[in-house]
Amino acid sequence: MKKSIIAAAVLAGGMIMSGQAMAAKTLVYCSEGSPEGFDAALYTSGTTFDASANTMFDGLVNFKVGTTEVVPGVAESWDVSVDGLELTFKLRPGVKFHSTKNFTPTRDLNADDIIFSFKRQMDKENPYYKENNGNFGYWNAMDMSNLINDVVKVDDLTVKFVLDHPEAPIVSNMAMAFASIQSAEYGAQLVASGKLGDLNQKPVGTGPFQFVGYKKDSVIRYAKNTQYWGEQAKIDNLVFSITTDASVRFQKMKAGECHAMPYPNPADIADIRSTDGINMMEQEGLNVGYLAYNTEKDKFKDVRVRKALNYAINKDAIKQVVFNGEASVAKNPIPPTIWSYDQSTVDDAYDVDKAKALLKEAGISGFKTNIWAMPVQRPYNPDAKKMAELIQADWAKIGVDAEIVTFEWGEYLKRSKAGEHDTVLLGWTGDNGDPDNFLRVLLGCAAAKSGDNRARWCNAEFEQELQDALLSTDPEVRTTAYENAQKIFKKEAPWATIAHSTVFMPVSNKVSGYKIDPLGGHFFHNVDLK
Amino acid sequence: MFSFLFRRLLVLIPTYIGITLTAFVFIRVIPGDPILVMSGERSPSPEKYAELMHAFGFDQPLWKQYFDYVGNLLQGNFGDSIVTGRPVLEEFFELFPATVELAAFALFFALLIGIPAGIIAAVKRGTFYDHTLMTISLTGFSMPLFWWALLLIVFFSGYLGWTPVSGRISALYFFDTPTGFMLIDSWLSDEEGAFKSAVMHLILPAVALGTIPMATFARQSRSAMLETLGEDFIKTARAKGLSPFKVTVVHAFRNALIPIITVIGLSVGVLLGGAILTETIFSWPGIGKWMVDSIFRRDYPVVQGGLILIATIVIMVNLTVDVLYGIIDPRISKKGH
Repeated sequence: MKKSIIAAAVLAGGMIMSGQAMAAKTLVYCSEGSPEGFDAALYTSGTTFDASANTMFDGLVNFKVGTTEVVPGVAESWDVSVDGLELTFKLRPGVKFHSTKNFTPTRDLNADDIIFSFKRQMDKENPYYKENNGNFGYWNAMDMSNLINDVVKVDDLTVKFVLDHPEAPIVSNMAMAFASIQSAEYGAQLVASGKLGDLNQKPVGTGPFQFVGYKKDSVIRYAKNTQYWGEQAKIDNLVFSITTDASVRFQKMKAGECHAMPYPNPADIADIRSTDGINMMEQEGLNVGYLAYNTEKDKFKDVRVRKALNYAINKDAIKQVVFNGEASVAKNPIPPTIWSYDQSTVDDAYDVDKAKALLKEAGISGFKTNIWAMPVQRPYNPDAKKMAELIQADWAKIGVDAEIVTFEWGEYLKRSKAGEHDTVLLGWTGDNGDPDNFLRVLLGCAAAKSGDNRARWCNAEFEQELQDALLSTDPEVRTTAYENAQKIFKKEAPWATIAHSTVFMPVSNKVSGYKIDPLGGHFFHNVDLK
Repeated sequence: MFSFLFRRLLVLIPTYIGITLTAFVFIRVIPGDPILVMSGERSPSPEKYAELMHAFGFDQPLWKQYFDYVGNLLQGNFGDSIVTGRPVLEEFFELFPATVELAAFALFFALLIGIPAGIIAAVKRGTFYDHTLMTISLTGFSMPLFWWALLLIVFFSGYLGWTPVSGRISALYFFDTPTGFMLIDSWLSDEEGAFKSAVMHLILPAVALGTIPMATFARQSRSAMLETLGEDFIKTARAKGLSPFKVTVVHAFRNALIPIITVIGLSVGVLLGGAILTETIFSWPGIGKWMVDSIFRRDYPVVQGGLILIATIVIMVNLTVDVLYGIIDPRISKKGH
């Protein structure tokens, strides 16, 4: 027996992956955690998307790497009906699914694959819906079942989405990980053999890399898809070396054991910058960290109180202490890298006297409240407890006595969603680069009802702007509406907008062509190795 | 011996009731549930949430969930992971060899250094050797594992560049692992340099994990040896004119073995516990890291199954130690312990 060098050879067009031969063009990425699986529709974590959608799959449309611009994926073109209720995609001919150990496609991608990819998430009778108990993270979170009524085959290369109501961001949504296109043929084969779970464990996509194998919690191995419809990857092999500890990842970079790593430890950043051979890439993140005032509570009903609390917060101090200076102070609820960002907004700059005056005007001389601080580190807030302490100290100066409260993460989300807080620290990282994905998801009236709008703030004027933007496909109309919405937001102050954090990506200087994805993903098909 | 074993096995029944109950309750008293934790900021609507809780059976009364779970366990069904959808047993056996390999080498390292150090310290009692060895051992014992492991990485991998930073083998190797033991699999593979890479990757984690047991063994063997060296039969052996080496190793050490073996048996629990931290730092894909991830994700079936399986191993090792007592000192099993 030629002992079991994995069958990558067969997969990657006869490329043998011996220790030496591989050295040619193998990029090792020290990823931050284990993927939960490889079917992106089942999960919501970026770690899982990197290992699945971002490497092995395409959507009908994709995001152009390094931007939030929507470009054709396995669909060549698309068309929205005049009433906005039908979205028709023309598919690219000749798109091949990966041939793997478990599956050899007998046909090219067609409309059946698109229907399969979506129906399994919406049709309760679909075997994959049952297999996963209907637990499709994004589909459920975005309430897609109430938006998409049906997915219909027009012909082999044309597919039509029938919508319940018009919604402009729908095309961007199709570029998200959950909308990755799976093979209906593979799906049927797995149903026949009773191994439905393999769709999540032994993935087959159309993307630039194909799956070779996964050693749980250790290594994921991909090979270049030599039959990719688009521009082929420049590297032959891609390896995810799972390294959970950020300091250890940095040590591995230093030792030359990996070419790129995400999420460096904030304390290591200066050290990384001064390390030879490492190119520290950085970009403003598509995120916002905020403090939401529960506007259903009496004390926060008066906008003057909310404004006063905003003026009392020293955001520059927070930026220095909590973010080590690696962030920008937020004045709008959407980050500046998103279109329609309102440059003209004037922030509630730190001004204790103004804060005191506003409280006095509101007839309040000080009160007791609480600040909820998240128990976890998030990109938009690396240390919520410290942030809460700074705000607590700031508020004390205007006579507001705030108690810091925290819960376990799941419990924190649940209770804050139920509106138990006075004020709560939270944040958001964009999913699709559309302002709607921030404004309506976090501040809309439906979200106030569901609780995702932690301010529980439902403003008719603001909501109208959001609806106008939602229903229009005209970029100018939408931009104006979102700018107006931001003005209303600033006037009403349902949140204190805190910061947009900087995203760092240390990359070996042997690597060229890497681009930081504003949506937080990690993509390697445009990357080359010297 | 058989009645001794039978009695020990009988005790296992209440032990297992306790373990399953603890495992079941433990993960559920931690606030949050798998659906909420998995979806994070992107949580489903309350209606959908209720639907999902129902689909996974989490809306059932706790006692019913428990009895269903135990019923399945009795049929050998540990359930499927909520996160990955894979059977818990399958995941366990995929990852367990990595932990065994790490723990075995940590134990080997601890014994190799700890016991001779203890013996030397006892024989040279009160001398410079004794003080030095015991100081080192006390330091080793009080070292926080997390910090110690990072220190080893920074010094040996980062500064000196002698050892790889983390993982079980260089990420450039990728071959089938039929046994799951990387040393064996890399040896069996035709990949040049794979075995060496596996050995180099094992050194730091084994040293990090083995440090505390090593210190314990050194102290324990020192005190056991001191006690034995003061016994009459040692004086007799010396009087007979036996060489100091023979007196120490053949006569004294054999008699000092019982307390040492007890400590070795107990250290298996320590090693498995320490493996959790060690595996996390060294990205070592074993059951420790698997359990930690699963606790954070509230993956109930994995946490429950994992705890029960780990408890089983600890019980089996302790049982083996009890049997070993009987072999080393036949009086123990005759007395009925």
